[in-house]
Amino acid sequence: MNSESLSRIILTLVTFIPLAGSLLLLLIPRRDRDIKVFALVISLLSFVTSLHLPVHLHRNLAGFQFEIDKLWITSPNIHYHMGVDGVSVWLIVLTTFLTPLCVLISWTSIHERVKEFFILLLILETALIGVFTSLDLFLFYFFWEATLIPMALLIGMYGHGRRVYAAVKFFLYTMVASVFMLAAILWLYAKTGSFDFVTIQNAIRSGSVENFAAAAQWLFLGFFVAFAVKVPLFPLHTWLPDAHVEAPTAGSVLLAGVLLKMGTYGMLRFNLGLFPEQSRHNAPWIMVLALIGIIYGALVSLVQPNMKKLIAYSSVSHLGFVVLGIFSFTNAGLNGAVFVMLAHGVATGALFMLAGILYERRHTYEISDFGGLATPMPLYAAFFLFIVLASVGLPLLNGFIGEFLVLSGAFQARPIYGILGATGVIWSAGYLLWMYQRVFFGKVKHEVNKILPDLNVREKAALWPAAAMALLMGVAPILWLSSIDPAVQSALAPFAQLAAKVVGQ
Amino acid sequence: MTPNPYLWLIPVLPLAGAAINGFFGRQSSKKAISTIALVFCGAPFGLALWIAFGFSSAAAPYYFDFAHWIRAGSFQADFSFYLDQLSLVMLLVVTGVGFLIHIYSVGYMWDDDGYYRFMSYMNLFMFFMLTLVLAKNYLLMFIGWEGVGLASYLLIGYWFTKDSAAAAGKKAFIVNRIGDFGFLIALFLIIRHFGSLDFTAVFDKIQPLQPETTGAGLLTSIGLLLMVGAAGKSAQIPLYVWLPDAMEGPTPVSALIHAATMVTAGVYMVARSHVIFERAPGALMVVAIVGALTALFAATIGIAQTDIKKVLAYSTISQLGYMFMACGVAAFSAGIFHLMTHAFFKGLLFLAAGSVIHGIGGEQDMRKMGGLRQYMPWTFLTMGIATLAIAGIPPLAGFWSKDEILWKAYNASWVYWLIGIVTAFITSFYMFRLLYMTFFGDYRGAATVNSHPHNDHGHGPGEPHESPWGMLDPLVILAVLSVVGGFAGYGNRFEHFLAPVFQAGVAELAQEAAGTGTEHLLMGASIFVALLGWGLAYLLYYRLPQLPARIATNLGSLYRAVANKYYVDELYAILFVQPVVDGSATILWKGVDEGVIDATVNNSADSARHVSDNLRHMQSGNLRSYAGWVAAGGAVVIAYMIWMGVR
Repeated sequence: MNSESLSRIILTLVTFIPLAGSLLLLLIPRRDRDIKVFALVISLLSFVTSLHLPVHLHRNLAGFQFEIDKLWITSPNIHYHMGVDGVSVWLIVLTTFLTPLCVLISWTSIHERVKEFFILLLILETALIGVFTSLDLFLFYFFWEATLIPMALLIGMYGHGRRVYAAVKFFLYTMVASVFMLAAILWLYAKTGSFDFVTIQNAIRSGSVENFAAAAQWLFLGFFVAFAVKVPLFPLHTWLPDAHVEAPTAGSVLLAGVLLKMGTYGMLRFNLGLFPEQSRHNAPWIMVLALIGIIYGALVSLVQPNMKKLIAYSSVSHLGFVVLGIFSFTNAGLNGAVFVMLAHGVATGALFMLAGILYERRHTYEISDFGGLATPMPLYAAFFLFIVLASVGLPLLNGFIGEFLVLSGAFQARPIYGILGATGVIWSAGYLLWMYQRVFFGKVKHEVNKILPDLNVREKAALWPAAAMALLMGVAPILWLSSIDPAVQSALAPFAQLAAKVVGQ
Repeated sequence: MTPNPYLWLIPVLPLAGAAINGFFGRQSSKKAISTIALVFCGAPFGLALWIAFGFSSAAAPYYFDFAHWIRAGSFQADFSFYLDQLSLVMLLVVTGVGFLIHIYSVGYMWDDDGYYRFMSYMNLFMFFMLTLVLAKNYLLMFIGWEGVGLASYLLIGYWFTKDSAAAAGKKAFIVNRIGDFGFLIALFLIIRHFGSLDFTAVFDKIQPLQPETTGAGLLTSIGLLLMVGAAGKSAQIPLYVWLPDAMEGPTPVSALIHAATMVTAGVYMVARSHVIFERAPGALMVVAIVGALTALFAATIGIAQTDIKKVLAYSTISQLGYMFMACGVAAFSAGIFHLMTHAFFKGLLFLAAGSVIHGIGGEQDMRKMGGLRQYMPWTFLTMGIATLAIAGIPPLAGFWSKDEILWKAYNASWVYWLIGIVTAFITSFYMFRLLYMTFFGDYRGAATVNSHPHNDHGHGPGEPHESPWGMLDPLVILAVLSVVGGFAGYGNRFEHFLAPVFQAGVAELAQEAAGTGTEHLLMGASIFVALLGWGLAYLLYYRLPQLPARIATNLGSLYRAVANKYYVDELYAILFVQPVVDGSATILWKGVDEGVIDATVNNSADSARHVSDNLRHMQSGNLRSYAGWVAAGGAVVIAYMIWMGVR
């Protein structure tokens, strides 16, 4: 098959290969090893297939590419409409990149109902990818809600002590918020007769949607609340620490790595894409919440006695940067926001893998149960430090690029936003290095820790790609930015017009 | 500007060395590790020398665009390198002193278990430092800037099983981050107003601005923020607190990073940004005041320290203050001149101190030294030379550069000069105090020297002994440089060499007017205070060694305040660290997060449950029933759609 004809069906392939894999898994006999190997092969196949997207993406073209648009249901008018731009393409690759690592990291930590675990994992992958490929609002909502079930089951069935509480909280919290988005989608459908993102966007821009002016603020909020819970934006974040602490490692990796980005992706695509004027109008308080999230998340993270909770709160802080960048409406800010999404996915995903590796050995996340681990586990300590440095935004690693661009953009929007946000560079160094010191430095405090084995081959295989990616993204961000930038510019076009209109008045 | 395709090799070579030793060092022999580390650190030095021979005061700057780095919209920052007279001086100092200290480290660290790790970190440091020096834009400089902070973190905490070392490394990183915060905001301001971070592009836009114009507020803000960054990296008030703790690192690290090179990065950055500072008199004045106060403040603490490395640490802070004072009176080349001579003699002082510590089994307390002159004559000789140099005894290097700064300071304001001369007196005093306490009198240490594993360095029992020649060679070379290094400034040659960079500073013209009579008088004064300090130290620590203890007792709380570094660390802990940690734990986490937000969420969930019996099924905890709920919800939605479609 030549690449031309592959491009026409690529999004269907990328989205549904994991699902197809999970269906095949149903047929495979319950031999754990076979199941794991098969899941690994499927996730790798899905990763390799997804690489077609960035390789063949036309970087200078605005608008959606690799589009498929087929009528799915005539009444109501639902289309199977998929397409990607320079932003969503990387979120897809992030998902397919992290999933094989999740399979590897779950290899020995999942003992029971192994088959169900990997089936759920692959279903989750399809749902996540579907969120980023869908251009039909109904399809989007379908995938959006579809991520909930496998994730809640992963937490509820394979999690730790309070797993059911955490799963229910996660499920209800995000589902209740999504109802607002559903209402907004239905309103738009009622007025335009279409679920198609591009059609609705054009209708709004041309002013042909009746009563739009009156409803726009509510529609904006409907979408925004659903996204803000997912991000999570302060003060809607309290489901996250619980979910993370209880989730199995693979669940945490995909939760922090990809699922949270559904929220920020949604803001970028739908809030900015459909409601530029309302986005502008609401930006001040959103930016303030983002800033609170950055600082508050970091400070609460600083004092967590539980390693996983610490990383969870650090996500609140990092995702605050993303929201700050998006609502700065500046080129640097949006580029940076997208870059932080990807960088955080890799770095925090890796942090959760590292925490999981330790949990498998000691069955605890309490920082005080460790200390001096650099002596028995030098290689593990080196990987951990590398990822910590990526996460604190050391230049030449991936965290820096995005944070710098976001803060620079926020500073252009309003200096005080950039200044307050930039205090994050101090806090992040504080909470991560302090944790690192307590876990790895000093003498080994607990006798059991003296004989902890260092990383094995499988764990190394899971960590190397993440570490290499953190470095590559820091050294050659241009590979990503060159396709993010055009997408971001077209997202910002209406804002330039808005600004011109304001000046013109 | 002339393209020079070799520039990028200078930083990248040590990076390669760091990578090779980092990845393969664990399995390699120590000989192989040393060879790699020395070759990949020596090669940049060779390249620097080669460039220097073809580079004159009149030469146009070299540059090389290596690769694209960040491009987002109109913003761009690339891997571009730049070399002018200023960076060449820095380059020679960093690679030259760096290479010598690498040689020394081979001997000093040979018996350490983590030898490969140490050498890899040292090479890594060279990479970042050389990136900092050769950067063509602020963002690449920032890579080096943060990177040397990382190397410093790794090397201070090198003996990570020691809690104090681990804590010191973390403290250094976080305090530096506070400075970097200021640096970052300065960069945002520059981007916002000048649209670029490239040195040439930015300075070309700033050049036409005059102090009187509206640009002054902006340039002053940029200058002040850059100074915040410099204060972090170069350990100035109020961010100096990390440097004394950094002495937890192995002594070669203290010599290379915390004396000769990294800590001077702030001075270099301010000098590099001279176009901004010259047009921001307010910021310049702050630089001068911070520098002067730090010079004096740190020197007074140096008097009462008993740890040989801590004395040198406070001395470093004080001398860096000198350099900032020079920059603050727009005498940038004088500041850089002192930076260079200081790298020679302070690097030497640390290496010699390391040789002492090495020779007596890891002891750092000067009260347990004494009389070491007879055991380690070469260490004594070289350290003696360095002491003469830092004290400002002519014709050694320190005299010339210090005198230059004092003269320029005098021309700006006699207050700066007065602070400078008092500092010079104290410096001379505490340095000779160190020399007498260490090398004269009787040996006060244990009869047999114990090995202190992981507390600097030890060789096991034995008499105090001289270090091997591999370690002494660098000492001798640095001693020679400490003697003759000052002649680089003879007849203002150093200033003339740097003139194309600083464009023969505005201040210079005014200074020449003051005449040579005053200059000679001031020179005499600085020699006088240096001798006075020496004499006082001779009296107190050689002739009447019982006297200092009595003076200390009589001074009471004043002495204790000085000996305890004015309790600044304790003050910071009470004012900043504790409130942040406690406030975050009790107010934010337990209070706001769990007490208010989460409680609200859970309460509303509870009350919702009571609303309807049907909803109560939700708390059954059976996830399959939730899946059913979603399916049901989906069915309702689809039903609604169809109804809408039918309508």
